[in-house]
Amino acid sequence: MGTALENRVRREAFWRNLRQDYFASPAFSLITVISVGALLLLVWQVVNWGLFDATFSPDARQAECAAKGGACWSVIANRWRIILFGLYPFPEHWRSGLACLVVVVVVVLSCIPYFWTARRLSITWLVGYGTFYVLMKGGVLGLPLVREAQWGGLALTLFIFTTMAVIGMPLSIAFALMRNSRLYWISRPMGVIIDGVRALPNVSILFTFAVVLPFMMPDMLVGEKLYRVIAGFILFFAAYQAEIIRGGMQAVAGGQEEAAKALGLSYRHRISRIVLPQAFHSALPATINQFVMFFMETTLVSIIGFSDLMSSARTAFSSGEWTFAFIEVYVFIAVIYFVFVFSLSRYGAYLERRMAVGSR
Amino acid sequence: MFLKSQKARNIGLQLAFVGLIVAVIVTAIFEAQSNFAQQGIGLTSDFIWKTTGWEMSFSILPTDRTDPYWWYLLVGLANTLFLAVIGLAGATIFGGLVGLALIAPNRPLNLIGTIYVEIFRNIPLILQIFFWYSLTTLLPSPRNAGALAGVFFTGRGIYLPGLNVAGWSIALFWVVIFATVMAFVWFMAAKRFRKLEPGQRRRIPVAIIAVGLALAAIVLFLGHPAGTPWLAIPEPQGLNIRGGYRIQPELYALAFAIAVAGGASVAEIFRGGFKAVGSGHAEAAYALGLSGWQTFSRVRFPLAMRAMLPSLSNQFVWLVKATTLGLIVGYTDLFAVVVSSITQSGQTFEFMAILMVAFILINFSLANVFNRINDAARLKGHQTRG
Repeated sequence: MGTALENRVRREAFWRNLRQDYFASPAFSLITVISVGALLLLVWQVVNWGLFDATFSPDARQAECAAKGGACWSVIANRWRIILFGLYPFPEHWRSGLACLVVVVVVVLSCIPYFWTARRLSITWLVGYGTFYVLMKGGVLGLPLVREAQWGGLALTLFIFTTMAVIGMPLSIAFALMRNSRLYWISRPMGVIIDGVRALPNVSILFTFAVVLPFMMPDMLVGEKLYRVIAGFILFFAAYQAEIIRGGMQAVAGGQEEAAKALGLSYRHRISRIVLPQAFHSALPATINQFVMFFMETTLVSIIGFSDLMSSARTAFSSGEWTFAFIEVYVFIAVIYFVFVFSLSRYGAYLERRMAVGSR
Repeated sequence: MFLKSQKARNIGLQLAFVGLIVAVIVTAIFEAQSNFAQQGIGLTSDFIWKTTGWEMSFSILPTDRTDPYWWYLLVGLANTLFLAVIGLAGATIFGGLVGLALIAPNRPLNLIGTIYVEIFRNIPLILQIFFWYSLTTLLPSPRNAGALAGVFFTGRGIYLPGLNVAGWSIALFWVVIFATVMAFVWFMAAKRFRKLEPGQRRRIPVAIIAVGLALAAIVLFLGHPAGTPWLAIPEPQGLNIRGGYRIQPELYALAFAIAVAGGASVAEIFRGGFKAVGSGHAEAAYALGLSGWQTFSRVRFPLAMRAMLPSLSNQFVWLVKATTLGLIVGYTDLFAVVVSSITQSGQTFEFMAILMVAFILINFSLANVFNRINDAARLKGHQTRG
């Protein structure tokens, strides 16, 4: 709202921006036309394939789908339960679904600044994790017992992910503190462990934990294969996360710790009240990024023979009548992974921007 | 209470930690030995000379089932490095192009780049590999494949016109090329060549490259059987295609997946590098009358390159580690060879150790090379003032 002059200025600014962003030079004008065309074509193709020409009815099979020429979502309509829950007993699927929902709620809650104190965060995660575990395993409260061997699909993926987070996070703090220790014989071996783990391919670490370790442990410690693999996950999660926390600790202004020392605070208080909170503050974006990376890394268990989301999706079309519809299934789980990962990483980027503005 | 004394406590803590590590290792060794004793397998090294007895589905060097384990391990390592090099090159090319699209002063291009980056960075790599590999099954069979400039795209592989030379000379050719690149990097990065005359400093790299290319050409020439045509063109014969190179679907699907996914990360690093260069540099360049292209190639790009190097080196280490996923589509890289060897021979411990040592060596040398490049390229002293 304003005078004619203001309107004119605004109009001219609009045209100038348009020219700069789309038609900076003849070459760029051409590129603009071509890329807008290509984008429209791409969107049109995808929408056509996924919506207009697609078949949605659960009763359709290859012939009907081929006749319409688009995506065959019938496979999802038929197999979504296998994809999401794997071999979990059919009548108990609601528990699996509820457990997945619990994890989503916990992750969403941890993104709310109100929960960003060590106590609130750990309580949220522990309660969520306990609920998840009880729901999945059962054996109490009148829920029938379901062994870990029958867990699968998205629920298994989330189980690995949450266990990794709940145990790996405190462990990574311990790793970081030991790595930064003034004591040579604590910081040095820890450095070797961390650097070694970071140089190895994650698959080989998981393989070692799953297959090689039972040879090298007292039998009473061997335990379930699933838990051994998760231990492998925890190990490399902690190794990577420890480096991130160390980076955050280096970003804490040097005077802070000195001041705390001068005030006579003990090592424990210095670390827990002064250094770590600030370290986490500056390491937050990297940490979120880390969670995102490791959520995707959980797919590695499919190599070792667990039926996580990736594997159960593959079993969904590996049998008889759906072998032709692999693209649809891959797209379906890709969307699941993408939604989770993309929203988290966008949130991380937003936090980074916000912190860059109000950095201390 | 002796824990009151700071010194005693420190010594106690260190002893406890080291003791724990030693205890774990000793337990592992004892347990392994007792388990091996039960199964009649000992910690040996003579398995290395035994024949494997299984076929390798893919290799860039000649193998057959009578080969000993050490050769298989070497071939596996060669396959890993081969895939890693292709993946790195592909990721750098894709990443560079998409990165340019991200920083171009053009909204639609930015959007295309962003879509690419977000899609391929936020979907697990395994899923992407499976996807591309499954797509290759939709390609036509060799008998109905059409040629595109002498190249056949089929479900059984891509057939390229190839040079008509023996296998060993191809391998040697790549070794020579690699050595040339390494020599070039070393010359550019090492401190001892800093003191040379500027004229010489310009001439020597050219000489290195020329010598390398000449050597490579000689190697190819020696490996060429006399009296045959230089180019082998693939031609359909009955149900199959003969002649030229066949790139197996395992390899190209995998290399493509790694290049595309790695390219997304590289593009993101590219954008970050350009964002790290303050606008002041570019504005100063404009003020001095440099053209847009000159500003980009002489000011912004070199500065951005320096800002990118650390993240790029991390990314490349990640890519090398990602090659181990080749196992899932049946590409026999080092990890796949080790897994098969373990299931065949039961020498779990030794093969795992070999794998770990190999990867630690690869990644540490890669990190080392990058650190040297980084040190050489870093702006020193007065150059850093923005």
